[in-house]
Amino acid sequence: MAVKEKAVIMSSEKLSRSLRRIAHEIIERNSGTDNLVLIGIRSRGVPLATRLANHISQIEGQALPVGILDITLHRDDIDTFQEGKGTESKSHIPFSVEGRRVVLVDDVLYTGRTVRAALDALLDYGRPSEVQLAVLIDRGHREIPIRADYVGKNVPTSRAEVISVKVTEIDGQDRVTIEERVPD
Amino acid sequence: MGKDLLGLEHATAEEIEGILVTAEAMKEVLGRDIKKVPTLRGKSMVCLFYEPSTRTRTSFELAGKYLSMDTVNIAVNTSSVAKGECLIDTGKTIEAMGVDVVVIRHGSAGAPHFLAQNISAAVINAGDGQHEHPTQALLDMFSILEAKGRLDNLEVAVIGDIMYSRVARSNIWGLCKMGATVKVFGPPTLIPPDIEKMGAHVCTTFDEALEGTDVINVLRIQRERQGSALFPSLREYAMLYGVNEKRLQKAKKDVLILHPGPVNRGIEISPEVMESGRAVITEQVTNGVAVRMALLYLLIQGGN
Repeated sequence: MAVKEKAVIMSSEKLSRSLRRIAHEIIERNSGTDNLVLIGIRSRGVPLATRLANHISQIEGQALPVGILDITLHRDDIDTFQEGKGTESKSHIPFSVEGRRVVLVDDVLYTGRTVRAALDALLDYGRPSEVQLAVLIDRGHREIPIRADYVGKNVPTSRAEVISVKVTEIDGQDRVTIEERVPD
Repeated sequence: MGKDLLGLEHATAEEIEGILVTAEAMKEVLGRDIKKVPTLRGKSMVCLFYEPSTRTRTSFELAGKYLSMDTVNIAVNTSSVAKGECLIDTGKTIEAMGVDVVVIRHGSAGAPHFLAQNISAAVINAGDGQHEHPTQALLDMFSILEAKGRLDNLEVAVIGDIMYSRVARSNIWGLCKMGATVKVFGPPTLIPPDIEKMGAHVCTTFDEALEGTDVINVLRIQRERQGSALFPSLREYAMLYGVNEKRLQKAKKDVLILHPGPVNRGIEISPEVMESGRAVITEQVTNGVAVRMALLYLLIQGGN
């Protein structure tokens, strides 16, 4: 199956504006940055979390700790997962999450299973006072009762479509597109 | 990865690489306060050990538990094996209880292979006679990688009782595949005749074994396997083949010292060397758990 690009959902400017808006919302909702930490879900949640932290520190003048969460070991689909493929990514949370307000950051919210696994993985590190969720794109089709607290853009999709988020840090450019699987 | 891990002789460099890379992620789990992940929930493992073991068996058991597997140990001398049950029947009995992975250590070379052909559960060789001990070699390679940052273009000297050592065989096969150069050194009576065919270079003097060497893997004298006297006395062995500080003056300053354990202190390695910063013997034990977690993860994932 090949994929065909259908439409551009976010250009580099739009993506950047969305993140700035989410940064403001995070500060507003938490009445500042006290006790706040950001944790990005591998892989594209990580650069997004770092950028959000930069925006927040520019606005509030206070640097925020940023962690990395890898959920491979917490997935619920090991039985159907890519066969025999190892994992080289690991979590890196260089601070205690005990009693902190944690904002989990990911690129796309879809079935909710990734976030479910991320919550499990996060709770192994301690007991945060609160966990919030920020995503760049919410594309619907939830399979478990999970919702995002901060959303860059809601995009109605069909299951056959694919949302592709590209970020400069990983892909060399900022761009969100909607793609469709087409038979070769 | 195939169904089983029976040895490194037939493993590919990509498979070894995959295990070592995954082990790194597993080691992060070991460093957490809550060192348990739900990855292999609902899967089970039996450790079937026909020979004594502390670290390998405990390491496998904990590796399984840290990944949320259910693990059971069978001590052979208190099991039906003592009543005369043969390996294949024991294997089929274990399998009938719904076990996903059988870890076996056996005094006879090939026993794990035989078991693997007869049951559908994954079989991991935890040491078969003088043949292979693949997970030990994997954890040795992981420890080298951690200290040196690479495996290719390294010179590794395996010193001591090569003849009776399954650790030596797995190490030679594994390290050669990963691009390292392997030298062996020990009493001539404990150097098997065909060892060079496996890719190892036989050294005739200690100095030759130390020259340009990045890693020394000191083997245990396998007193339980050696029949007749192969060297005059332990004292003489310690003098001629023991790794001590004086001897290491001729080695590279940053030489890494490995020992698979258990150690015969003061015989193959001196206590001073063990305590020196160059030896990573306890780190090897930690790495053993990480490597076995990686292996269980990959085998169960691959078996689907």
